[in-house]
Amino acid sequence: MATFSAPKIVSSRKDFDDSYTLSRYLETGGYIALKKALGMFPEKVAAEVDAASLLGRGGAGFPAGRKWSMLRKSPISYLVVNGDESEPATFKDHYLIERDPHQLIEGVVIASYALQVSQAFIFLRGEFALGLERVQQAVNEAYAHGALGSKIFGSDFSLDIVVHPGAGAYICGEETALIEALEGKRGFPRIKPPFFPAVTGLYGEPTVVNNVETMSNLPWIVNNGGAAFAALGEGRSTGTRLFALAGRVKNPGVYEVEMVKNTFRDLIYDQQFGGGLIGDKKIKAFIPGGVSAPWFGPDLLDLPLGQDEVAEKGSMLGSGSVVVLDEDSCVVRATWRITKFFSRESCGQCTPCREGSGWIERAMYRIEHGGGRLEDLDLLLDLCDNISPGLLWPPQQTTICVLGPSIPSSVNSAISMFRNEFIAHIEHGGCPHD
Amino acid sequence: MSHFQNDLRKRAEDLVVLYPVKRSAMLPLLHLVQEQDGYLSEEGITEVAELVGTSEAEVRGTAAFYDMFHLEPVGKYVVGICTNIACLLAGGEELLEHATKKLGCAVGGTSSDGLFTLEETECLADCDIAPVVQVNHRYVRTTTPDAFDAMIEEVRDGKRESEIPPHGTLIRVRRSSGLQAPREEIATQRASAQAAREARAAKEQN
Repeated sequence: MATFSAPKIVSSRKDFDDSYTLSRYLETGGYIALKKALGMFPEKVAAEVDAASLLGRGGAGFPAGRKWSMLRKSPISYLVVNGDESEPATFKDHYLIERDPHQLIEGVVIASYALQVSQAFIFLRGEFALGLERVQQAVNEAYAHGALGSKIFGSDFSLDIVVHPGAGAYICGEETALIEALEGKRGFPRIKPPFFPAVTGLYGEPTVVNNVETMSNLPWIVNNGGAAFAALGEGRSTGTRLFALAGRVKNPGVYEVEMVKNTFRDLIYDQQFGGGLIGDKKIKAFIPGGVSAPWFGPDLLDLPLGQDEVAEKGSMLGSGSVVVLDEDSCVVRATWRITKFFSRESCGQCTPCREGSGWIERAMYRIEHGGGRLEDLDLLLDLCDNISPGLLWPPQQTTICVLGPSIPSSVNSAISMFRNEFIAHIEHGGCPHD
Repeated sequence: MSHFQNDLRKRAEDLVVLYPVKRSAMLPLLHLVQEQDGYLSEEGITEVAELVGTSEAEVRGTAAFYDMFHLEPVGKYVVGICTNIACLLAGGEELLEHATKKLGCAVGGTSSDGLFTLEETECLADCDIAPVVQVNHRYVRTTTPDAFDAMIEEVRDGKRESEIPPHGTLIRVRRSSGLQAPREEIATQRASAQAAREARAAKEQN
């Protein structure tokens, strides 16, 4: 049974048409948390976030508090917010950016205060034309309201926020590539170590990069305390999380769900969420955390929506996207399209990813469109093994960033779960669904 | 003589000073060039190079990395249709195929009247209304061939101009001027934060 007892932490203004305006934001409790935070010591604000055990909502799920505390030894120069949401079928940050920009800004000011940073950047996907307008408008309003700029709300704290547009590149969601793009360069991920921009980030200075949803949680955490947030969910997965549900469901959309207390079955079938599959068809498989994540079959529908619970079964909650494939969905075509995506978006720095993604895509194309050979199945797994040796989870890495090791997930899942469908394609000389 | 017309030169200069390092303004400035010219013209690239203090080759090399920048002229309206996983499951490929017929051009091509350029895009993050269609990066939310055709006719007849402005994702983005915190204040604050941290680090070491 789905549980709905948790408060709406980041999507409380979902039902208001004017949720993006300052007047609506102030009427619904906006900027109270910021005033409270400015009356606390910065370390105390950071401690609340630490107590909340807020896991980063971008994809890697790294604890936000730890990201900040690792930095505390060296002064942080910049806060960069990652709003380059591009993981296929992920659209929860899109919602927060367009519909609740003041909540995002309040979170950014709170984080900047906790880190004692005086310059922040909000990096948004260039394709979010309306999102860019709304966030810039909200920034303008926040300056005029005294919530941004010089001596915020009469305190000694000053902050500038610059809204920065991307220009269409999936890889810029990787935090070091995002920093390169923000420096006006090609979005090439940086060589590690250093593993964290906290050591060397924007302009070579210590930088914290946090996701839009992570930031949007901060006003609630300051208002209600980190302990109240940590009381929601279970284990390491605290609070609520936005899930973007897409694919063959009746009601695709963005849903705020308490972590661990609900399952994939609840999310996909409950009337308040997905409402079941279109035409009440049977579910064939689902992708639990963006196309970089290994797939699950119907046997794992009762798995709770929690970071460790999903990791134990060999996948990840990742970007908070859940894609449902029904009994008639062609897994070969789905896999081919995903590999085509990675092939197009590989930045080209590392050979295994650059060459491997294109090779895999071509092999998948010929299986789907006729011309596939039985030995292609071994070839595909061998190519995957060359990108990510052993095809383990979490994946081994031969490349600078994790785009490469994300490529094998869908290929390996589809071949191991639906080998017969691949063989049917090969023997049929193309897609039997066409 | 600036290639940027009207207030664009001023907007470009205002963007450059927002960043601690000029080159950071590269992507926003290139969006401004597309806003005026529809694509990255030679003159526009030269002006961006001058504004951010780098070479034209660097600007071109950077721009070529990003999907949103057009290095050759495109139609007045760029129609993007997503065929990635969520849209694929909702008929994105079929809608794209339909669009090639409706617009009379191949994917990547421009209709003969020069109005529409058709692109197959990667995920546009609006997957609950799939397949996703954008025109000049505005979500038009037409998911069926019939709705797509009706939308194209309205655009052709100029009925959607307020909703779908010309190129340039920043065309309606304006930062209010004069609202920046004084640079000296920011510098002072940074210096004092650094001093406090160093003092604390020294204390921790003792």
